[in-house]
Amino acid sequence: MSNTMKSLAVAGAVAAALVAHTAPANAASKEKCYGVSLAGANDCAAGPGTTCAGTSVTDYQGNAWTLVDAGTCEAMELPEMADGTERMGSLEALERDLPA
Amino acid sequence: MLDSARRFENLPASPGVGYKPQHFTDLQRDPGRVEWIEIHAENYMGDGGRPLAQLRALSERFALSVHGVGLSIGGETPLDREHLTRLKKLCDWAQPASFSEHLAWSTHGAEFLNDLLPLPYTEKTLTRVASHIAQVQETLGRQMLLENPSSYLVFAESTRSETEFLKELVNRTGCGLLLDVNNVFISATNLGLSAQAYIDAYPLAHVGEIHVGGHDEDTDDKGAPLLIDSHGKPVVDPVWALLDYTLAKTGPKPVLVEWDNDVPDWPTLRAETERAAKALAA
Amino acid sequence: MTSQSAFRDALLDPSKAVPDGLEGAAHSPAGKRYSVYRNNVTHSLIAALQTAFPLVRKILGAHSFDSLAPIYVRAHPPTSPLMMHYGAEFPTFLATLPQLSKLGYLRDCARLDAAMRVSYHAADASPFDLEWFQQLPPDQIMAQKLHIAPSVCVLRSGWPLFDIWRFNMVEGAAKPEMQAQDVMISRPEFDPEPVLLPQGAAVWLDHLAQGETLGDAYEAAVVSAPEFDLAASLAIAFSQGVFRNITGSEHVETS
Repeated sequence: MSNTMKSLAVAGAVAAALVAHTAPANAASKEKCYGVSLAGANDCAAGPGTTCAGTSVTDYQGNAWTLVDAGTCEAMELPEMADGTERMGSLEALERDLPA
Repeated sequence: MLDSARRFENLPASPGVGYKPQHFTDLQRDPGRVEWIEIHAENYMGDGGRPLAQLRALSERFALSVHGVGLSIGGETPLDREHLTRLKKLCDWAQPASFSEHLAWSTHGAEFLNDLLPLPYTEKTLTRVASHIAQVQETLGRQMLLENPSSYLVFAESTRSETEFLKELVNRTGCGLLLDVNNVFISATNLGLSAQAYIDAYPLAHVGEIHVGGHDEDTDDKGAPLLIDSHGKPVVDPVWALLDYTLAKTGPKPVLVEWDNDVPDWPTLRAETERAAKALAA
Repeated sequence: MTSQSAFRDALLDPSKAVPDGLEGAAHSPAGKRYSVYRNNVTHSLIAALQTAFPLVRKILGAHSFDSLAPIYVRAHPPTSPLMMHYGAEFPTFLATLPQLSKLGYLRDCARLDAAMRVSYHAADASPFDLEWFQQLPPDQIMAQKLHIAPSVCVLRSGWPLFDIWRFNMVEGAAKPEMQAQDVMISRPEFDPEPVLLPQGAAVWLDHLAQGETLGDAYEAAVVSAPEFDLAASLAIAFSQGVFRNITGSEHVETS
């Protein structure tokens, strides 16, 4: 596209966007709880005593681990792979353009 | 730098509270007897956002104690310079009335184990810890307070008592001490020693701050009581009594209530600080 | 003598014996007393993963997540004292577990969780000066380089990532249907939130982030997605505080 057309398109879009956008809400007083509010989690307290995951040998065997109880994954009914096919053979890394 | 924070050059000899973000609004609306707060340094080492904004707001009103939990002063390996730089940045910005850390280690090589791990009390560890404290004080340009740990076991190789070890660290480095009376009670119970005897032997003249907190009860292999420093419950009466015993010797000191697990609503925590105020008034 | 290496080695490996030289009261063997430290380390790291990955935990279920977490904790102990950064390798780790191979979207969900936390702690940015911007003549608007706030992160997913997030985190949200979705995490003030990006907007933001002018980034977006709607994308960006203010010297003047 020509520079003039582009510059008009961009300027028009800016004007439209300024009409359409809503100002960021003042969120100082309310906290939306999406689970990150306590994300910094250093403290100096001890854990749960003498028995828990830290002393269970079987908890450490990766191959012994199984996906047991039902999270929401059971309700979502998505295919096994992003292209909609069921997964064949061994696991393949999905190489997508994601920021690190 | 937070200009307002410079008003507080010392922690007041009054109740303080371990600050939890969920109490931000309640604490300001209804602080009760609380005049100062303590934060865990590492949770305020992000680049911005709500933690630093809250700290900025709270510094207008409360004196601040920065309490490190990740420096690994008792570590065999050299102090993490990068972390020390982060601490300096935080202290330069927040200008806390006090900075404290633990007599413990948590970093080994490249790993951070996220717990306050114990060390033997020997001439060798004394030299090492003293040099680490000196390095911290030199970098931060201020005196630091060192906190006594809660002990679940001892090292066969130890040649000094904990109180002797702390006393010698004070002598060598000029650091101050943070006396956690809940930790004293836990260690004494777990190791079959007298908590009052520990306080009697402790260099109380160098105490800049006192901690109280709640603990859990478990048992060791022989069924003997094993107290766990969980900070998840109200302070028990014997610990309040040990605080009274200590304050009778030291006079009023800044007393912090710690509650880190199963954090209660503000009124419950405020009630604990009122109990601390009563101890200070006695 | 009990070295810290010996003390550490048995901490994360419960099959190892309690290190020598540790005692309870009256020189009794340390036994369970050492377990307190084992549990402190493991439990605290699991707890850190729980707070860091709420979406993944919801998808797998609490029990599955909590019994999986020790495997990660042991393989990837923290390398920094800042627990706010712990779990950076968790998305990749999840993708390597054959037991989870049916959940192809899980790694992207873990990346969304991680991006939310990064955004939460990111540096503040002074708000973009819309008044200044809208007064510029068209050619200068096109030549401006817009600077993205540090709290903004774009996730391009082959999965309905935004709908998966909504289904799990917003009450009453519809079940996700298979489609690729680009999600932007932004932090209008202090609370990061995911926003669904329209076609081409991720490419547009990516080019802006690389320092291209508004005009060049627009062109790149149209090339990648002919239906790219600049006005809609700008409106989202303005509403979400995506651009940070730029100093006078950074303004582009066209001659």
